[in-house]
Amino acid sequence: MMSEFSGFASLAPAWPEMLLAAGALALLMVGVFARNEASRFVTILAIGLLAVAGAMVLFSTQGAIFSNGFINDEFARFMKAFVIAGSILALVLTVSTAEDKGLNKFEYPVLVVLSTLGMMMMVSANDLMSLYVGLELQSLALYVVAAFRRENARAAEAGLKYFVLGALSSGLLLYGASLVYGFTGHTQLDRIAEAVAMGERNVGVIFGLVFLLAGIAFKISAVPFHMWTPDVYEGAPMPVTAFFASAPKVAAVALLIRVVFDAFEPIARDWQQVVIFLSIASMVLASFAAIGQNNLKRLLAYSSIGHVGFALVGLSAGNLTGVEGVAIYMAIYLTMTIGTFACILALRNADGYAESIDDLAGLSQNRPFVAGMLAVFMFSLVGLPPLAGFFAKWYVFLAAIEAQLFVLAVIGMLASAVSAFYYLRIVKVMYFDEPTRDYAVPAIEIRAVVALTGFLIVTYYFTVGAPLAEYAHNAAGSLF
Amino acid sequence: MNLDNTILTIVTFLPLVGALLILLTPGRDGGSIRAVKWIALVTTLATFAVSLQIWAMFDPSDTGFQFVVNHAWLGNVIGYRVGVDGISILFVVLTALLMPMCILASWDSITHRQREYMLLFLVLETLMIGVFTTLDLAMFYVFFEGSLIPMFLIIGIWGGARRIQASYKFFFYTFTGSVLMLLAIMAMYWFGGTLDISRLLRVEFPPEMQFWLWLAFFASLAVKMPMWPLHRWLPEAHVEAPTAGSVILAAILLKLGGYGFLRFSLPMFPDASAYFANFIFFLSVAAIIITSLVAFVQTDIKKLIAYSSVAHMGFVTMGIFSGNIYGVQGAIFQMISHGIVSGALFLSIGVIYDRMHTRDIEAYGGLVERMPKYALAFMVFTMANVGLPGTSGFVGEFLTMLAIFQVNTWFAIFAATGVILSACYGLWLYRKIIWGALTKESLKGILDLNAREVMTLLPLAVLTIIFGFYPAPILDTTYAASAALVEHYMNASGLAELAAQAGALAPVDQAVSAATGH
Repeated sequence: MMSEFSGFASLAPAWPEMLLAAGALALLMVGVFARNEASRFVTILAIGLLAVAGAMVLFSTQGAIFSNGFINDEFARFMKAFVIAGSILALVLTVSTAEDKGLNKFEYPVLVVLSTLGMMMMVSANDLMSLYVGLELQSLALYVVAAFRRENARAAEAGLKYFVLGALSSGLLLYGASLVYGFTGHTQLDRIAEAVAMGERNVGVIFGLVFLLAGIAFKISAVPFHMWTPDVYEGAPMPVTAFFASAPKVAAVALLIRVVFDAFEPIARDWQQVVIFLSIASMVLASFAAIGQNNLKRLLAYSSIGHVGFALVGLSAGNLTGVEGVAIYMAIYLTMTIGTFACILALRNADGYAESIDDLAGLSQNRPFVAGMLAVFMFSLVGLPPLAGFFAKWYVFLAAIEAQLFVLAVIGMLASAVSAFYYLRIVKVMYFDEPTRDYAVPAIEIRAVVALTGFLIVTYYFTVGAPLAEYAHNAAGSLF
Repeated sequence: MNLDNTILTIVTFLPLVGALLILLTPGRDGGSIRAVKWIALVTTLATFAVSLQIWAMFDPSDTGFQFVVNHAWLGNVIGYRVGVDGISILFVVLTALLMPMCILASWDSITHRQREYMLLFLVLETLMIGVFTTLDLAMFYVFFEGSLIPMFLIIGIWGGARRIQASYKFFFYTFTGSVLMLLAIMAMYWFGGTLDISRLLRVEFPPEMQFWLWLAFFASLAVKMPMWPLHRWLPEAHVEAPTAGSVILAAILLKLGGYGFLRFSLPMFPDASAYFANFIFFLSVAAIIITSLVAFVQTDIKKLIAYSSVAHMGFVTMGIFSGNIYGVQGAIFQMISHGIVSGALFLSIGVIYDRMHTRDIEAYGGLVERMPKYALAFMVFTMANVGLPGTSGFVGEFLTMLAIFQVNTWFAIFAATGVILSACYGLWLYRKIIWGALTKESLKGILDLNAREVMTLLPLAVLTIIFGFYPAPILDTTYAASAALVEHYMNASGLAELAAQAGALAPVDQAVSAATGH
């Protein structure tokens, strides 16, 4: 009895994950016995469960367990907190919209909880095997969620496309992992780093590294592995798209950071070239491709591709400032993205939801609050000061300049000027054009999400900016 | 509460408090709209009062920054740092002075979405004052670039027929240039180890680095200024913006460019500034001559004034980069004077535009018969724009020409022709609008200035004439800081030896008093 208890106590770093795993199963039972009427009830329970797990993450014990396969450090806590926050907010957005969007089945919140669990495993993975387990748990839940409205052809197409390409990328990643294992003899990240540091720059390891990066690039939808993103975002219901664009991105970027810094720090120059290429390609392609879009979801898909590119600017630098910058970038990106989707989900009338940019015409006269906040998010996504989006760009580009990556920085800045064009188009349509549609008063919890995220973005410099910078600094420090 | 430590924070963020109050004003009926306007007016007047208090407390003999606050913030990189010196303080006062006029000018002429309008103007005021009071390079960028958001919306929502194109052009010209400046700011941080402007002023950047930093700053500041040939956004933005928007653009936003050159390019990159000086002179003289000629063929009154602004900014850049005390003092004076005069000119155009809803020069003529008060005010501002001695416009142009004459007589000769050209289009415009017989049917019922318009134009006219005859309040405030700046620039760029050969520089006060007859 005593030893069992101490065994459980020794797993303290993973308690939040264990809670989520047990909680997801319990929710499943609740849902099965209460049938479909309970979908809203289960959603609220899931939000509560995630909130408890989030609180536990903030106070969780640090340390490595499961033979160092699972590590809970400052960096993991930082990223997990934002992953959970993203999942909670994405679930909040489904409370009143689930019925219209065909998500009113109790499996949906359970799947979100399971994929969040996978993301937390990804963030904490210190071994190629636990990394893969976390990644697949997250991905499989997301595949199902993408195709959740199975009677809808576009949703089914989105799910299938996501699954096929996702499976391919998992294959690439596994192949890379096996090469790395074959040439270094280890699957644990810090052991790989030791082996790489001692051995010469082995071509087999480089191959493995490139395959690993390709697999992860798919998950963060960096160009040229981005093709699935616009289709999946468009096909999935809007609250699901909001979820796709937020928490999983944060987790996958965290995973990428951990892999390249913990396992391949000694050959930083090799992965830096790859990351620089991914970064430039993502920023430039997304900026130009988004200009022609009229569908809001496709536009935001390209926007998210571009923002991953900007986040990778920080990673390209390969230094402490860079990791700090990426951590801040993902936190702000998550807030802006959830806020943007909340604004769009707030726009509903008898004909349905706003789908295209034209639907936003003259919104500032009908719904001034939502329009004002959406304008704030757009200006913030452009990276205009004094909004949070500017500070996000500030930190990552500061790192790039420190690493003397001037060409990358100039290209990135010019890409952000181009991207301003399509963000401003939304502002222009809302503020300069005459209204064509009227919208109902949005649900209270959606307005709350809009107000909360908007407040954080507008007052960033005065409120959250200083503590976030400090936490991100500590988080990045734990990797070096 | 120690006023020395808080007064700059107050003047910067007071307008934001007003904006918050407007946001909290409930209702959209006539009563709440009136309340919103009064909140905006009272806030801007209070800000102006605070700015005058700063000027009163300011010690002009101190060459350093005053009222300094320096806190670490946002992880030790970006800080909260404020302070003013002789170069920046007058811009704070100018901004605060023109804001109540803008609110008054928009009192009746803005007929829809007044609440958002007033809100954006107050936000804009905070951002503009912030540019001049901050001592953190990153926060300078934040304020500098942040002003794009309200201005983009002001032009786009309340502008004229081609407002959307104008707002986009305004946004992209300035944004694209500025992002390069942001990278330069980061590079300066890594080299200098701080973003504190007062410490960066003492950092010696290697000449090769200065070259690139100077170019990056130039990309942003020259667009904002605007310098020929990067001025294309300006006429459109001016023409399409509502009256108060044009006032802010011409009187203050353009000065951000000149202020940036004075604050950063000249003292921080002295070698590069000396290297590029002839390039700047060429662009300045080209601006003075070409845009003056372009102004002459305009049919739109606002466009004419907009092009004349570009020409006047040519004198400013020329003065700054001549690198002597006349040039620097003259450039600051020219910017302040142009802020007052061009702001007043746009307000004057707004007066007749509100009545006739056209800016076509041909639509007017003989206004003196029905609008004698207006004719008088417009005459003062036209003469100041031309640079007639006795108006504030003369002092700045005279000093900058004096400065360039010391550096290169050829540029001085060409710049002088600009003064003649500005007289040509200025007097021509005045004759077309004000003189002649009042024959047009539509003008027969036009009314002279009302009390509100007199309140906006009279103080500016008085200031124009006072500063024309007695420029000392401005020159005394800026002298010590300018002299220190020039000395630093001369020593750092190796120009001091050249100047020593050319003979000692006479104090600027003598030159000015000789010129103005005192």
